[in-house]
This record gives sequence, C-alpha cells and structure tokens, in this order.
Amino acid sequence: MNERTIRKIAMAGLAVVVAVVPAFAANLKGRVTVDGSSTVYPITEAVAEEFQIKNSDVRVTVGISGTGGGFKKFTRGETDISDASRPIKSSEDAAAVKNKIDYIELPVAFDGLAVLVHPSNTWAESITVKELKKLWEPAAQGKIMRWSDIRAGWPSDEIHLFGPGTDSGTFDYFTEVICGKSQSSRGDFTSSEDDNVLVQGIASDPLALGYFGLAYYEHNKDRLKLVAVDDQDSSNGAGPILPSTETVEGGTYQPLARPIFIYVSAKAADRPEVDEFVRFYLDNAPELVKEVGYISLPSQVYQLAMDRFGSRKTGTVFAKKPKPGTTLADLLK
Amino acid sequence: MKLEGAVLRNLLARRRRAEWIFKIAASGALLFALGTLGVLLLDVLRDGLGWLDWDFLTHFPSRKPEQAGILSALAGTFYLMILTILIAFPLGVGAAIYLEEYAKKHWFSRIVEVNIANLAGVPSVIYGLLGLELFVRTMGLGRSLIAGALTMALLVLPIIIIAAREAIRTVPNPIREASYALGASRWQTVWHQVLPVAFPGMLTGSILAFSRAIGEASPLITLGALTYIAFLPDGLTSPFTVIPIQIFNWVSRPQKAFLNCAAAAILVMLAILLAMNAVAVFLRHRTQRRMTL
Repeated sequence: MNERTIRKIAMAGLAVVVAVVPAFAANLKGRVTVDGSSTVYPITEAVAEEFQIKNSDVRVTVGISGTGGGFKKFTRGETDISDASRPIKSSEDAAAVKNKIDYIELPVAFDGLAVLVHPSNTWAESITVKELKKLWEPAAQGKIMRWSDIRAGWPSDEIHLFGPGTDSGTFDYFTEVICGKSQSSRGDFTSSEDDNVLVQGIASDPLALGYFGLAYYEHNKDRLKLVAVDDQDSSNGAGPILPSTETVEGGTYQPLARPIFIYVSAKAADRPEVDEFVRFYLDNAPELVKEVGYISLPSQVYQLAMDRFGSRKTGTVFAKKPKPGTTLADLLK
Repeated sequence: MKLEGAVLRNLLARRRRAEWIFKIAASGALLFALGTLGVLLLDVLRDGLGWLDWDFLTHFPSRKPEQAGILSALAGTFYLMILTILIAFPLGVGAAIYLEEYAKKHWFSRIVEVNIANLAGVPSVIYGLLGLELFVRTMGLGRSLIAGALTMALLVLPIIIIAAREAIRTVPNPIREASYALGASRWQTVWHQVLPVAFPGMLTGSILAFSRAIGEASPLITLGALTYIAFLPDGLTSPFTVIPIQIFNWVSRPQKAFLNCAAAAILVMLAILLAMNAVAVFLRHRTQRRMTL
C-alpha cells in the first residue's frame, strides 16, 4: 500500500464523513400549522408535544377555532392540518375546491357524547332517542319544562337543561343525530363553549340534564351521573346502553358516538415535516388517544388511514350519508 | 329662643346622622371592593402558590399538568409588550404633540378629538377583528408576533394619545412663551421645554395603558393566537402565545390540576403588572425630581 492509496482511502473516508454528518445534522425543520376543533385539540396537542421532543427543530402550533372556524382557515390555505369533530360539510368542501386545496381525510379517534344528570337523580337511569328528541327539538321550547313531560312517572319538577354552544361541533353532531337536522335545537337551555361550565352547572343542580363529550365525564366521574341511551334498534345492541370503551368501539352506543378527524392539505403533506408529523400522529394515536380520555379506533382503521395517507388519497368518504351500520373500516376501504 | 335651640339641635342631629350614614355607605363600598379583591387574591394564592416554582417558569405547556409551564407564554408576553411599546409610544406621543402644539382649533381637529375619545371606549374584540382583517389577511402578516403587536398598539393608542395630551396641557404656557421670546422655533420649544416637563405624565399614562394591554386576551384570540406553542418566538413573523391566553386555555381543560396551573399563571401575571406599575412610579418620581427647577 503506497502513500497514494492511503491518501485515496483517507479522502474516501473523509468524503463519507462529510456526507454522513450533514445527514445526521439535517434534522427535520419547518413549521406545521394545525387549527380547528376544541374536541380534537387534546389529542393533537399530545401528539405535537411528543413529536417536538423527538424533532426539536420542527415548530408545531395547534390552535382552537372550532371545527367550522378551523375549516374556514384550512380551505383558505392558511393551515396545514385541520382538526375536525365531524366530517367536512359540502359547503366547506366547495370552498376547498374553489381555492384548489386537496385534502386527505383521516379518522384519529372516537368521541362519545354523554348524557348526564346530577348524582342525586334517582329516576333517570336511561332515556330513549325519541325522548331526547322530544326534549331537545325546537318545538319543545317552552313546552317540555318538567321531567314528567318527558316520561310519565318521572317527577313533576322542573328540568334544567345544559348543552354546548352553537359554534361547537358537539352541538352540530347532537342536533343532527337526535333532532334530525344539524343546528336545530330548542334555545332555552344554558349553553357554554366551555365544557367545564356545563360540568359545574350539572354537578350543582339536582334537576339538571345536559350533554357533552365523554372525556369531560371521565375527569368528573364523582360529580356526575351517566344516563344510558336506547336507540330502540336491536340490530346494534338491545336496550339502554351506557357509553364505554367497548360500547363506543363496538358500535353499540349509538347514535351518540362518532369518529373525529384530522384533515391534511395534500400540498402541505409534500413537505417532509408535515408528512412525518402525520405519520407520527397515526403511529402514536392509539396510545395518546387513550391517555387524553378518548377511545381509540380499531387498529385496522389506523392501518387503513395510514395507507390512505401514504397513497395521498384525497376527498371525503362522507360525501354521501353512510348507511346505518357501516363501519369506518368499510368506508375507508 | 328655647324652641329655636331645639329645632337647631334637631337639624344638626339630622345632618350628623346623614353624614354618618353616608360615611358608612362610602366605607362599605370601599370594603366591598377591597374584600372581593382580597377573596380573589386569597383563592388564587391558595390554588396557585404551590405550583409556582422555577420549573413552572422554564417549561413549555404540556398535556400533563405537573409538567406544564408558561415559558412560551411568558416570552410571548414579553416580546409582544416590547414591540407594542415601540410602536404605540412614539405614535401616540407624536399625535398628541401635533394636536396640542400644532393643530389649529377648527372642525377637523375637533372631529379627530371626538374620534379618539370614542376609540378609547371601543371594546377590545373589535380591535381584534380589525387586526385580523388588516394585518393578518390584507397585509399578509399571518398570525404573527408583529400582527399581534400592531393590533395591541392600535388598542392602546387612543389611551396614550389622551394621556399624553393631558400631560402636555399641564405644561404652563409661560414656559412656551419664554422659549419663543428667546427666539426658539416651535420644534425647539416642544423638544427642549414642553416634552421634558410633560414626560413623567406621559410615561405614567402609557405604562398604565400597556399594563392593561398585556392583560387582554380577547383581541388576540380573535386574531387566532389561541394556540398550543412549545417554542420561543424567533422573529417578528413567528407564531406566539401570551399568558392570558394560556390561562384561558388551562381553565377550559377537564383535568382539575390545570386550574392550579391557571392560578399560578395568574400570579405570574399579577407580578408582571405590579412590576410594570412600580416602574411607572419609579420613573415618574425620578424624572420629576430632575425636572423641578
């Protein structure tokens, strides 16, 4: 081995080092902008926190504008990812088309809506969907004012209603599945965008009834009582059913359980930091979703979502209303 | 005479009684205000004091309440305040000087005056909407530190103008006349005579306006700064969050431990406000002493 060969080898070695070092140093950089639903927020926040521990040069921001507010920004191209507690509406889809925003729709968890009463309430163990409709539909305003108006045999005391504000996805969802039309509800109830206010209200009023996301019940179990819901459809579980991991995931706690989503802009997904963030999201969702009080999707659905993202399949699977009994896995296939 | 004396005594006694009732009512009002404040403070101290430590100040927000801190909100509040002062103070003082020293008293300046007084009473959310359309969208600044600072500057500008004008008005006219008599121009008079005397008053009014601004959450929420942010701002266009928004976020969480985080953040906020007001008092005292002839 002469001097020249040695020098060559050394040069080659140096070249390798030079090539490898930047590859190590070139961590992901850039910004990932997320905005939207306050319901999805805790999950995205948890993912963002974990992601930034591993990728300290990527700056993830997670805003809370509500599902509708989030989509407004998303379809203007102001955000990379939109948190949504319901599927995109056709009007929002039209806005996206108009601004040439292609999006990838990915379910990330289940959220159950809980119907709640005060712990000292002895009569309301269960309620049917029909009774809920009778209680919450617009025609009930000023008419259904006592417990006995809902079901004969319940006390003739006044009923005090609590529910989320009209800007929240939870309100949209509840009114759609209970009253038949999104945003159609009686107006004479105590409403707040802040679910803690609802918790406080129901926990301090023996005659209260209200609804909000299951996660808030999880953290206030001792102050509230769950009411079982009966959709009187034995094909998805007979009789009144209480929300739980099994009944939500198994599709028997109907109709008050729903999937929640993130929508990723296809253009943003081409940036490596966004691509990596979404993959990290879906990989870690099962664990983090449980940690923040939601119910994770079946693992098959996460796989299908990952495939969907990998192949950049755009558009919504909810353009037409899915038939009852259709599972998420069926929709995504 | 005897009868008159009795009437007089009667009248006096009635007056004294009225005086006494009024005194009780007035001190009752004061006690009520102080009592409410005291209860609030005690409540916040009880909830927050245990959570307030070095880690709380140097950690980023987290989904786990025990690990959550306010570093990004603290830095955001600090940067936002500095930028707002840099934008609003020169503008406000400049406008006040124009209105007091240059503008002729005719219909135009009167319209401006009325408008400024009205603007000072406009709810802060409206400024948020203005900032959203003008700075975030039209000027394309995005939901950035500079957009937030410009919005906050608009919010405090009317108050600063009003405070600065009051301060300029307290400068006795003979000082100006003496200056003119010595051949000084209007600019020289303003710069060398009026401003130094008016400065302490301007400073106090402005700092009080800024301390109101850093407690504001609603215009920034309208702007879209209600966000999870776990990094420090790195430039004028960087996204940011501030302490009031972080408090708002924590209060609406389901876990009760976040309420302690919120209380601790409120204590930090109170400390900053007290510090700012102390600075105002100190500066006024210092500059005033220097200015006395």
